Amino acid sequence: MTYLAKPRLHHPTLPLNKIGFTRRDYEGQISTLCAGCGHDSISASLIQACWELDIEPHRIAKLSGIGCSSKTPDYLLGNSHGFNTVHGRMPSVLTGANLANRDLIYLGVSGDGDSASIGLGQFAHVMRRGVNMTYILENNGVYGLTKGQFSATADAGSKSKRGVANTDAPVDTVSLALLLGATYVARSFSGDKKQLVPLVKAALAHRGAAFIDVVSPCVAFNNHVGSTKSYDYVREHNDAVNRLDFISGREPIHVDYAEGEAVSVAQHDGTVLRLRKIDRGYDPTNRIAAMHYIQQHQAAGEVVTGLLFVAAETEDLHAHLNTADVPFNTLGAKQLCPGRAALDKLNASLR
Amino acid sequence: MPHQKTRKEGSVSAKPLQAVNDFVVKFANINGSGSASANELFARSILRMGVPISPRNIFPSNIQGLPTWYEVRVSESGWLGRRGGVDLMVAMNPQTWDKDLQEIEPGGYLFYDNSKPLPRSKFRDDITVIGMPLTEMCNANYTDSREKQLFKNIIYLGALSALLGIDAGEIAQLIGEQYKGKEKLLKPNLNALQMGRDFARAKLACPIGLRVERRDSVGDRIFIEGNAAAALGCVYGGATVCAWYPITPSSSVAEAFTRWCQKFRVDAASGKNNFAIVQAEDELASIGMVVGAGWNGARAFTATSGPGISLMTEFIGLAYFAEIPVTIINVQRGGPSTGMPTRTQQADIIACAYASHGDTKHVLLFPEDPKECFEHAAAALDLADRLQTPVFVMTDLDIGMNQRLCAPLEWDDRRVFDRGKVMTREELDSGKDFGRFLDVDGDGIPYRTYPGTHPTRGGFFTRGTTKDRYARYSEEGPVYVDNVQRLLRKFETAKALVPKPVLTPAKYPARFGAIYFGSTSPAMQEALEALAELGIYVNALRVRAFPFQDEVFDFVASHSKVFVVEQNRDAQLKTLLVNDAGINPASLIPILHYDGTPITARFITSEIGRLVAALNVRPIKTGKIGKTDKAA
Repeated sequence: MTYLAKPRLHHPTLPLNKIGFTRRDYEGQISTLCAGCGHDSISASLIQACWELDIEPHRIAKLSGIGCSSKTPDYLLGNSHGFNTVHGRMPSVLTGANLANRDLIYLGVSGDGDSASIGLGQFAHVMRRGVNMTYILENNGVYGLTKGQFSATADAGSKSKRGVANTDAPVDTVSLALLLGATYVARSFSGDKKQLVPLVKAALAHRGAAFIDVVSPCVAFNNHVGSTKSYDYVREHNDAVNRLDFISGREPIHVDYAEGEAVSVAQHDGTVLRLRKIDRGYDPTNRIAAMHYIQQHQAAGEVVTGLLFVAAETEDLHAHLNTADVPFNTLGAKQLCPGRAALDKLNASLR
Repeated sequence: MPHQKTRKEGSVSAKPLQAVNDFVVKFANINGSGSASANELFARSILRMGVPISPRNIFPSNIQGLPTWYEVRVSESGWLGRRGGVDLMVAMNPQTWDKDLQEIEPGGYLFYDNSKPLPRSKFRDDITVIGMPLTEMCNANYTDSREKQLFKNIIYLGALSALLGIDAGEIAQLIGEQYKGKEKLLKPNLNALQMGRDFARAKLACPIGLRVERRDSVGDRIFIEGNAAAALGCVYGGATVCAWYPITPSSSVAEAFTRWCQKFRVDAASGKNNFAIVQAEDELASIGMVVGAGWNGARAFTATSGPGISLMTEFIGLAYFAEIPVTIINVQRGGPSTGMPTRTQQADIIACAYASHGDTKHVLLFPEDPKECFEHAAAALDLADRLQTPVFVMTDLDIGMNQRLCAPLEWDDRRVFDRGKVMTREELDSGKDFGRFLDVDGDGIPYRTYPGTHPTRGGFFTRGTTKDRYARYSEEGPVYVDNVQRLLRKFETAKALVPKPVLTPAKYPARFGAIYFGSTSPAMQEALEALAELGIYVNALRVRAFPFQDEVFDFVASHSKVFVVEQNRDAQLKTLLVNDAGINPASLIPILHYDGTPITARFITSEIGRLVAALNVRPIKTGKIGKTDKAA
């Protein structure tokens, strides 16, 4: 594979966001994924969300594991530091990075092989620790780079490209995230940018473990009849519970919610999530009800999408550990080294 | 039953041992019986009398019920290695009675609970037997079953103090320090101590041939466990992130780090912590967190043991190839697999030196005692940042989990953390060329930027795949070779930065050399002196780091044979000397001790003595030089 640098020339009429960046400033290298890959659509949504949120690109740290999905951080936010770690272990690296500098925004990108198979353990623990991050799982039910083996999120009965039916029960990462204490849980579809961009924006503003499972069809190995992660299947079975509008705390609420029933959820940073409910009975602030709803619809063969759960009052790992407000990587000997006098005293106590 | 008094000398077939401040006492106890604190009081009281000691815990992988031993070597000369053999056995565990008795040196002493009579066949006739009805006394004085158990330990401590001439005032003082603020517990402990002492003085022949006499041989030395010292080194060295997973014998590193941080690292004004400690879900996650924190510019470390190293190996390879500072404290235990979890070895040398698939080499440091655990831990954090690579502090159970007498810890307040080559926002703004893997200075070490430094410059993508000098993905052969050759240059640079070996020259020109490292140190020092007394003179070099410096090669080159003394089966350091330095294997003779117990001076002395004899070397002692020395 070669490394494709994108030309840095910008069209002069490209719109700028509030901090003077064009959308192009949030792009990365040219994708080397297959044409039509759902992952590229997700990258586009991530870029759009960061541009719309006026985040300085270098304030984001993007981390991933190994696999097609984990390559994508190279294709967005080219001025940000990125870290393509080892298979299934992105959560631990992200946790350590987050501890070192609490001021950056952490974006974890993973796939279903990365998160639900080899990395299921780390996926679970990063959720229960409440690490402040946005965790995107690009879920296509298949191993692409190694040419089409089932992953652990493939539905039982789902057929591979070669016609083999999967007999193992699937891992439902959304239900797991809910069970393990994630404070923001959503599911979306790579082909539904209108739904995905606000979900990402709200996740980036969330303080705590925010998880979005994005069903992302693999055009090469999992987009055929018999697959439950193909474009056609997902479009037919997608059951959105709500439509989210993300409103930054800095701007007045101007979205018109006349049609349908709408609820507001305020986040710690002053942002407001406006949910236009499609299913009237759905309550996204009730964890247990959310788990029940998802399971019920899953049994009926429906892929529930939208903001499934959000906790308004959250604490992240830094709060649990009572860490200093400044990034650790800015502390020096003055704050960290007790010095000789303290050591002499200690020596005296050890006799 | 009448109390069994110390047998008369005439009834013992071997002459009872006579020694002042030079003997070994071993306590055979049952895990979980509360003996540990009484035994530590015994050891510390001798230390307070100014006589050096070295205690060792010999314990099972168990919480309650299995045999555990505590061995205290009393050595006015200051020998802190395990001596081997036992002069006084305090046999409190019927399960191990037979084995414990076997260990006593001829002429040695046995102290036991004679509340229940034992057949004569259970004893040896070449030792002095001292019986004391401990259970009987406890039953008579205490009603609570837990008290009966706990005070039994203090009662035998009192008796031993009378038998060995230990100043009871020192023990009382130590008990007072232990129960400061818990005065309710103080008095019954002091009463039990006195009870044991009174009994011994009235009913047993005090003192016995082994005696403690007050000296001034401890000096300003301190008494601390290696793990606690290593943790303190991490505090002084500026570690802010510690991620770990419990594993014997390393858990107490993270636990001590927690304690030290609570003492030293809580910001007085805000009450907030200048540290983050995460008990991870496993070693994979603990090293992953350390890698993440190191990548993001914080000093981070983990502490583990062999099985943890095996699990961390993939990440260690990533940190090597992606050039991320990582500090790993490996408190080695007996391997392979689960091995001997509560026994000591130096058997992870190869596993750590070459951890990961592909071509990798890592920096190893070999501390000899708690003082060096402190120094090497702090140094490792500097080295990791300077070299942008994993650095291992290779301690072991013997140093880590035993309190050891060592020189006081030192710190120079002028010392600054070496954060290595980090390009700042200002430097990026000034137009300085930034290539993450660009060897600007010719030392193989490139510059890095911390994430979040600059809006448009200095960002790069870190990965475990091959990349060019500007961090761009590439699988081109020449690009790959360029990069891994630079990593070799970096490893060369490390030689000048790691601690140099320490030479102990023999009194006379010597044909033989000995290379040793880590916890072998005290036994080796003692063996060198014992060998010299036999007329065998050996120059000794204590290796303190890998990669090896020129001093190591010169040392081997200047001797006809070099013994490489290690605590593993496969001569791992020797392998490294041969493999990485191209030293002729024929010039190296391995001396290997690997049964899980700490190596002894007796073992080294006898092995080297045997090998020297086999090499047909006439000891110098028979010549004039040796005699002149004796006379002098």
